[in-house]
Amino acid sequence: MERFEYIAKRCVKAVFLIVLIALLNFLLIRMAPGDPAFVIAGESGSVDPLFMAQLRAEFKLDQPLWVQLWTYLKDVLQFDLGYSYRNKAEVIDLIVARLPATLLLTGTGFLLAIVGGVLLGAVAARTVGRWQDSTIGLICMTIYAMPLYWVGLALVLIFAGWLEWLPAFGIGSVQPLEGWDFVWDRITYLTLPALTLALHYIAVYARLTRSSMLEVQNQDFVKLARAKGLPPLRITTAHVLRNSLLPIVTFAGIQAGNLIGGSILVETVFAWPGIGRLALDSLLVRDYNTLLGVFFLCSVMTIVFNLIADVVYSIIDPRIDIQK
Amino acid sequence: MKKLWQRYCERKTSVVGLVLLVLITVIAFIAPWIAPHQPWDIVGTPFLPPFEDSAHLLGTDTLGRDILSGIVHGTRISLTIGLMCMVATVILGLALGAVAGYYGKWIDDVLMRSTEFFQVLPNFVFVVVLVAIFRPSIGSIFLAIVIVSWPPVARLVRSEFLSLRSREFVEAAVAVGHTNRWIIFKEILPNALSPIVAMSSLMVASSILLESAVSFLGLGDPNLMTWGYMIGTGRTVIRGAWWMSVLPGVALVSTILIINVVGEGLGRAWNPRLSNGAAR
Repeated sequence: MERFEYIAKRCVKAVFLIVLIALLNFLLIRMAPGDPAFVIAGESGSVDPLFMAQLRAEFKLDQPLWVQLWTYLKDVLQFDLGYSYRNKAEVIDLIVARLPATLLLTGTGFLLAIVGGVLLGAVAARTVGRWQDSTIGLICMTIYAMPLYWVGLALVLIFAGWLEWLPAFGIGSVQPLEGWDFVWDRITYLTLPALTLALHYIAVYARLTRSSMLEVQNQDFVKLARAKGLPPLRITTAHVLRNSLLPIVTFAGIQAGNLIGGSILVETVFAWPGIGRLALDSLLVRDYNTLLGVFFLCSVMTIVFNLIADVVYSIIDPRIDIQK
Repeated sequence: MKKLWQRYCERKTSVVGLVLLVLITVIAFIAPWIAPHQPWDIVGTPFLPPFEDSAHLLGTDTLGRDILSGIVHGTRISLTIGLMCMVATVILGLALGAVAGYYGKWIDDVLMRSTEFFQVLPNFVFVVVLVAIFRPSIGSIFLAIVIVSWPPVARLVRSEFLSLRSREFVEAAVAVGHTNRWIIFKEILPNALSPIVAMSSLMVASSILLESAVSFLGLGDPNLMTWGYMIGTGRTVIRGAWWMSVLPGVALVSTILIINVVGEGLGRAWNPRLSNGAAR
């Protein structure tokens, strides 16, 4: 019962945050230099006055600010993110069409990051102070210093340019493929972008796992397991690692939204047709409605991921104080 | 202070990092005098590979601009933006975090709720949106980076202040009748500095990376030659002319690495207990 209440409270908070983000979006449009009608229309400059008047009426731009705000909030909360006058389509439709590609990319990147990071971190924690540990530390530090987009370019140069193992751009071959050929084709196109996106987070998760495991390693129940004579590998996986995963779950929840942010850069480098690419394209033509739509959606997704992480957290660790 | 310096010098990596950082800073200061050309001037044949012509040691870009000059000038902008953003972020985070942690109650609530709000906004997307809406310029990039960077600093400062607030030496200062300002600046702040110092070096690095990413997307200040811009323009021709995007990237990565090394060394020197614990 307590847990149910906790989850309900979290949901209320999430809805509140979403309203706040819609408010922020509204403010951003109003704060943009120039007439908001021009901003909404995508600032073509010399639009005909009739169209502008029509826009003003539609968004109630001639009315007091709070009326405008109310109209806007009502629309956004019904997932009506406005109309993209540049693309001649509803913003939400544009986003939904692009979303699967981004989810495929970020999902794969996320999995790679978790698996790779936890694995590297566990190895480092097992070999603390030895050469394996310091090598992993060095690799992580280097990856940490590399900007995402530059890693992408370097990978393209190496694996597509020099070795010619993998395709450099796009999401799939042009010619129609079927069955396993299709899947394989998609995988070859997915590898480089997903790896680019994952690398940075592999370093992050490796560090987190390592420090978290080192902390757990000295606790009494691990000493007991050792005293019982359990094999070291079993102690590492069943006792230490399992109890070290909590901070990683929290962090993963927080980072999920940033992963989508990072995908703007990756999608730019690899010409991947997702929402990041959509954001950049709309930005270059000053289509603010679409840009803010993507921003809104990214934020909402972060909130949802945080919520999921919180719930998962409370389930896998009963010690968490639900009252807080 | 002297002890801090000694402890810092105990690690060879930290010393090497510091020497290199000083070198980069000097390059940033004297950029216009040591760069062979103006960064925007078209001075040679386009697509000239590096190490072929001594007049253009690192080659030229798609328009025939000298890459070495671009990199040298870019150093200036990257370091400036990193430093300025860090200073502004730390001041803002320090002020808000200190007030929230020291006075508590509703001020603390308001601050914590607003940092929570900022933390759900995807950092990079928010920066891009802000820069796009307020027109790309070095000022709007600076503001956008500060706006997304302050919440973690404020949270850190706040938690430090919160835990130090109830310590005996602070209570003693309250009992003696010191003013709030005295207690905040003379009693609590010096004891809260070490994690803040460690975080500020990370802030320099992350600000530089954010700026470069914004410039890479073509949203940089149109009047400044930055590393991100150079990588961005070289991107489309990377398979034929790798040097245009690889070389500025090397400059960027080494700068970040050096800053991180110095930052880590500083953190360890400041708080030796912490590093012993981590090395265990």
